[in-house]
Amino acid sequence: MWDYTEKVQDHFINPRNVGEIEGADGVGNVGSIACGDALRLTIKVDENQVITDAKFKTFGCASAIASSSVLTEMLKGMKLEDAQKLTNDDIAQALGGLPKEKMHCSVMGREALEAAIANYTGAILPMAQGEVVCECFGVTDLEIIRAIRENSLTSVEEITNYTKAGGGCGKCEGKLRQLLAESSEPATAAPAGSARPRRMTTLEKIKKIEEVIEREIKPGLKKDGGDIELVDVDGDFVTVSLRGACANCYSSRTTLKEYVEKKLREQVLDTLVVEEDR
Amino acid sequence: MAAPDQIIYMDNNATTRIAPEVLEAMMPYLRDYYGNPSSMHTFGGQVGRAVALAREQVAALLGADPGEIVFTSCGTESDSTAILSALQTYPEKNHVVTTRVEHPAVKNLCDNLELFTGRKYHTTRLHVHSDGTLDVQRFRDSLTDETVIVSAMWANNETGVIFPVEEMARIARERGILFHTDAVQAVGKIPLNLRDSAIDFLSLSGHKLHAPKGVGVLYVRKGTPFVPFMNGGHQERGRRGGTENVASIIGLGRACELAAAKMEEENTRVRALRDKLEQGLLTSVPKALLNGHPQERLPNTANISFEYVEGEAILLHMNQLNICASSGSACTSGSLEPSHVLRAMGVPFTAAHGSIRFSLSVYNTEEEIDFVLAHMPPIIEKLRALSPFWEENK
Repeated sequence: MWDYTEKVQDHFINPRNVGEIEGADGVGNVGSIACGDALRLTIKVDENQVITDAKFKTFGCASAIASSSVLTEMLKGMKLEDAQKLTNDDIAQALGGLPKEKMHCSVMGREALEAAIANYTGAILPMAQGEVVCECFGVTDLEIIRAIRENSLTSVEEITNYTKAGGGCGKCEGKLRQLLAESSEPATAAPAGSARPRRMTTLEKIKKIEEVIEREIKPGLKKDGGDIELVDVDGDFVTVSLRGACANCYSSRTTLKEYVEKKLREQVLDTLVVEEDR
Repeated sequence: MAAPDQIIYMDNNATTRIAPEVLEAMMPYLRDYYGNPSSMHTFGGQVGRAVALAREQVAALLGADPGEIVFTSCGTESDSTAILSALQTYPEKNHVVTTRVEHPAVKNLCDNLELFTGRKYHTTRLHVHSDGTLDVQRFRDSLTDETVIVSAMWANNETGVIFPVEEMARIARERGILFHTDAVQAVGKIPLNLRDSAIDFLSLSGHKLHAPKGVGVLYVRKGTPFVPFMNGGHQERGRRGGTENVASIIGLGRACELAAAKMEEENTRVRALRDKLEQGLLTSVPKALLNGHPQERLPNTANISFEYVEGEAILLHMNQLNICASSGSACTSGSLEPSHVLRAMGVPFTAAHGSIRFSLSVYNTEEEIDFVLAHMPPIIEKLRALSPFWEENK
């Protein structure tokens, strides 16, 4: 059970400004159904650059709904330039605080606001241009660096609480540590995303695995009358099916580990685990 | 605070109330009869006889011999004991078979076997069908000469789906492979008879069947090789050191006796209540889906997904009405990803995040079902009105 403040509970049970503004001046969409939360923020801006109306629709937990609701209340009557300065912490404070594991809900509110303002001004969102670090939740290095700096984060766990990065398969933990180390010494921080090797997306990983199997592993097994097929890639777990002579061979386990896994680890990713589909 | 007499408790796969009869059986051993069952004097020895009776009561529910019952502290301890015992018995073998939908007590252990044993293991995690059932042929094919042990749950805690563990155990036995089942959710809900089975180890937990928390059982078939997890005194015939949790063991014995007496009610009246709740929700709420096989399931569990809304939000609205249930959504776990069980079944994200598990017990009433049926549709409707995905998908 989460320890929600009365303010959070109030905004969750009685959300304000639900809906979508017709003919909105700015629309911000963030999150996705796969990630477990998503927010659509619509704003109306008058000729004096003041936000006259704000509405939201949110798919998500109580704190996501409450963060969206309180944000729309804060925005109404606010000058656009002031709205641009709002941080996720302002949203969390307006709710009397959020459980630390739920801080990402306030971050989502802020990102939706930025997206809506960018949509209004026609600017391009800088955050989306970063390098994706967390593939599970699609979080970029720029988003992570900002969360670290603005909220003085000191651990990977905190990064996950604020941005969700690292909260899925956990593979990006090393990268998060690196960002943490770099971001805490702003003087020496390299421009984000420039020199570091690009991470593989899941799609690229699967393609590469297929390639290595076709090019190197298959011909090797065929020499012994065997064959192999890729069945599934689930995170680091690669499921393959052995065919022909390999299927009934007593040493197929050795083949799998010593040959197939070794090859894939050398050429694709050194954390891969190969399992047989039976 | 939510007062116990005001709540509608439909979260019995998480934990259950202590049956009044169980509490009554325990009280003398908390208040007056504090002797150590191992003592030579009558004051302690009589406690030992009460523990022996409890052992018989547990054995009777399982269709086992009292000598096959080892009392532990919880289901998790029983699971770890069984699996690690098997690995130590056959250190030369290196393959373990389990499923993708196990409780964390088995799943996390099997994911980290190297950490606990210092040896490398190859683990086959069997897939399940979209209705949560297991393919026995694929299970059969997964077994190798290197397989040490199979660990497969009897019934799934999230969906209630039942695996054919008796058939699987026979197949494993033919290959000389040990078989363990985490039966924490099955014991007390469906009839079991271990005497006729080939199951080597079975885990159960007291608090899932109206006994207190902090007591469990590992069934170890007579003749099955066994290496203790906790070494110490001669308690449990050297199979589990540590002074017995006397009162809880006696409570568990009584709970097993009660479960046997109420087995028919569980499978008729409780099943009918569950079916009424389930059918009612599936018909009154659009885009509601059942997770799990409609028949191959515990009589008390209904796992339903309400598409395009999020589970924690549903639960908190239910909480306002003092209805207790649970969810497989990411937000309720704090893990950021929805239930591994629903993902293994291939439940789409649109539905996995909005899954609610109702798990009943013999203490639920028809009035409670009617109350929930009346109040769920408006909750879902209210949340869908907030959801950016509802308009375009309804």
